[in-house]
Amino acid sequence: MSDRGGMTDGSTDRRGWPLWEVFVRPRRGLAHSHVGSLHAPDAELALRNARDVYTRRQEGVSIWVVPAAVITASSPDEKDAFFAPAADKVYRHPTFYQVPDGAAHL
Amino acid sequence: MNTSVDSAAGTTGTPAGTTVPHLLALGDDALIAAQRLGEWVSAAPELEEDVALANIALDQLGAARLLLTYAGELEGAGRDEDTLAYLRGDRDFRNCLLVELPNGDFAVTIAKLLFLAAYQLPLYTALRDCADERLAAIAGKACKEVAYHLDHARLWTVRLGDGTAESHRRMQAAVEEVWPYTHELFTPDPTAPVDPAGLRAEFLATVEPVLAAATLDRPADGWAPDGGRAGRHTEHLSYLLAEMQVVHRAHPGASW
Repeated sequence: MSDRGGMTDGSTDRRGWPLWEVFVRPRRGLAHSHVGSLHAPDAELALRNARDVYTRRQEGVSIWVVPAAVITASSPDEKDAFFAPAADKVYRHPTFYQVPDGAAHL
Repeated sequence: MNTSVDSAAGTTGTPAGTTVPHLLALGDDALIAAQRLGEWVSAAPELEEDVALANIALDQLGAARLLLTYAGELEGAGRDEDTLAYLRGDRDFRNCLLVELPNGDFAVTIAKLLFLAAYQLPLYTALRDCADERLAAIAGKACKEVAYHLDHARLWTVRLGDGTAESHRRMQAAVEEVWPYTHELFTPDPTAPVDPAGLRAEFLATVEPVLAAATLDRPADGWAPDGGRAGRHTEHLSYLLAEMQVVHRAHPGASW
């Protein structure tokens, strides 16, 4: 099959597609969750690629795709400054309440 | 649509006028399209497109299995889906020439997919309402899948056609190369559950706006190769079948 795949053979200057982060809502009532990332040339195709890569087994009812480049993330180097001070503030956790029966997804 | 009732259903036809050659035409289109698309696995321009084309191939394969199984049962000669897929020679295949054409570059593959999906969507949509309930159920499942195939091909046609000078050149060449083979799809067959001749208007209504949005010229109608439905194929089908059938023929009856 030497005649197939022309785009993969001859093009040496092909730039990679940008990276997109994918969020899937598993079912109504739940929030979209980050499931992974993929490459796509634009948003429309990113959505379709996400459908093919992440919802093949009926994992979701809604998909968001976000350009990875627009996400501002906390730095691992700042982990202590960001998160450690919360560790000893036990009063921030609602652990002194009984969760009523039947209250799901709290 | 032929809705004449054949009271001797089960021997030569069904209430909808479905015959074995009709089912083979539908099933072989799907089977050969699946085999061609499968050739892109591990060779598509990007990993994500690899997955997308494989998904489409598997949709087509799923439809092919249902249709060939039905054809085998209707024929009543003990041939199952595997026998029909793996042990027929090229002259016994009823697929259109369009699906057996080589993949070419990515643009040719997308042009083939666009035209196939734009034909299969109105075909399966009409078959959903045919009097043959089993065929209608298969068509109902395939309809949603083919709508996605059309969407995928449409997006890529617009991006390649209205992309760079090189992608435009390749996409225009692909459309020109494949267009003649679309005529065969609409060869009149008044005995079919859905006469393909009635589908061309909708095919054009789908395809022409896509080509326009992609800044591509709609090729002129002219040369119209055919023969696939009668078993007269291009030289490409035998090679495809050799690859598809070799394991089954070398190890008859083997299973995983």
